[in-house]
Amino acid sequence: MTQTLVDFDEALTRYEPVMGLEIHVELNTASKMFCGCATEFGADPNTQVCPVCLGLPGSLPVVNAKAVESAIRMGLALNCEIAEWCRFARKNYFYPDMPKNFQTSQYDEPIAFNGWLDVEVDGETYRIEIERAHMEEDTGKSLHVGGSTGRIHGADYSLLDYNRAGIPLIEIVTKTIEVPGDKAPAVARAYVNQVRDLMLALGVSDARMDQGSLRADVNLSLRPVGTTAFGTRSETKNVNSFRSVERAVRYEISRHAGILDAGGSVLQETRHFHEADGSTSAGREKSDADDYRYFPEPDLAPVAPSREWVEELRGTLPEPPTERRKRLQTEWGFTDLEMRDTIGAGALELVVATVEAGAAPASAKKWWLGELARRAKEDGVELDAMPITAVQVAELQGLIEAGRINDKIARQVIDGVLAGEGSPEAVVVGRGLEVVSDEGALSAAVDAAIAANPDVAQKVRDGKAAAAGALIGSVMKDMHGQADAGRVRELILEKLS
Amino acid sequence: MSESSQITREEVAHVAHLARIELTEAELDHLRSDLDAILEHVKVVQSVVDADTPAMSHPIPVTNVFRLDLNVAGLTADEALAGAPESEEQRFLVPRILGED
Repeated sequence: MTQTLVDFDEALTRYEPVMGLEIHVELNTASKMFCGCATEFGADPNTQVCPVCLGLPGSLPVVNAKAVESAIRMGLALNCEIAEWCRFARKNYFYPDMPKNFQTSQYDEPIAFNGWLDVEVDGETYRIEIERAHMEEDTGKSLHVGGSTGRIHGADYSLLDYNRAGIPLIEIVTKTIEVPGDKAPAVARAYVNQVRDLMLALGVSDARMDQGSLRADVNLSLRPVGTTAFGTRSETKNVNSFRSVERAVRYEISRHAGILDAGGSVLQETRHFHEADGSTSAGREKSDADDYRYFPEPDLAPVAPSREWVEELRGTLPEPPTERRKRLQTEWGFTDLEMRDTIGAGALELVVATVEAGAAPASAKKWWLGELARRAKEDGVELDAMPITAVQVAELQGLIEAGRINDKIARQVIDGVLAGEGSPEAVVVGRGLEVVSDEGALSAAVDAAIAANPDVAQKVRDGKAAAAGALIGSVMKDMHGQADAGRVRELILEKLS
Repeated sequence: MSESSQITREEVAHVAHLARIELTEAELDHLRSDLDAILEHVKVVQSVVDADTPAMSHPIPVTNVFRLDLNVAGLTADEALAGAPESEEQRFLVPRILGED
């Protein structure tokens, strides 16, 4: 089936998007939601399983207290109300990613509900309303064998690893998000980004999108501009990076517009997102097969967090992200634009850590938003996935301030750190990059440059200080860049005064 | 179908589909009648419960039964797979998924 895509901007002249975002957060508890199995990522298949998470007859699940605590803290951080009494429910379905033939989840009694989170895009604040955050368990991992695509369709058979089955999961569901269409992709991205920051600040999850410990589903529908009824939505599953969230929203807006323009109707279906070209493709059509026959889980006692416990947990919350950003901006003396650029580049936490490691905020920002951002882009990785730490960036800046290297040499030091040659100090020593602070050697190089460029030297003597640049360049070249350009300039001007 | 039926033939077919059980026409009729009898029997409960009685999912009023977040040794992969009809690469082998689509 050919897909007619309407240009994003053109689509927005006729339609407005309505979004809903679902985020699954895997908690970083030591044990699973209902049993004591380990939760380590990347373990050998089926080595972190037991009768409970395999759903063997006679086994009895028991709720992990730490997971409930994390769920309540997340709920509070998302400005939710916390249920006084709630139950788990069985979500029944026939799909082998759960060996029990049901997933233990929560149905109409989520532990947290009615919350909100403010996100900032281009200096504007958008309030995202949270419908609910509920506790459930993750599913096993399927490996589809045979067929051509590795996707479900066309597979001959599937292989199941249940290590992940039963790991505590919190699903955060927004209410419908109605923001100006041109902002929708960025708002979706900013929301997922902010939820991730919040999870990290709470310390409840590794929140690694690349490892699937934070996964986003993007629900989207269009309606003609000026109307209020919702259109039919598609659900794009498991979008695995911030950038992909943004792209998935853009693509679905273009795709839906194409269907609606042609007088067609959008199918209510799940979609798969493709990183390679930013497109989505049809997954499963929603049908009466989605009758999950939820019912209260009889094997688990209801959860009734006392108000004392909830308030005690409220006391453990980190500073809310918005207030924290305001505080940091003041402390750092950043302009609104500088702060926005820092957040937009995904560098906020990196700058925080670099400042904590001793660098000045402006210097920390300079490296992360400049040279390092450029290289991350070249390599197609997120900034925080670069093989250089905040402590190393602070150390690099320290070497410059101590006059041991200059800005230009610093870039070679970054090469070395990224290549795995060790800390900036180790790279400077290993590569012999230290600037020449030997005055005698510098003075000799300056004399040589003056002798080799008599015309330029004369101009400087005649008072044209700007002409000294050519001489500085000559000296720096002679010293293979390993000289303090400021000191070289001083020497030249002294000698030619 | 009698006036007092608790379940329709279509509902039986729907539940059978959800449970991925293939039933013949004759079996559908037969099961509808059986299920109807069972539901009729259970209906007696409704006569002793008034509208104010809340539905009860748990027989004992106990809440907050938690365990500490500690690791407990589970099964080895061999033990886990021992009951599987088929396995490959230390994983459970299952028939193709969504073959019905």
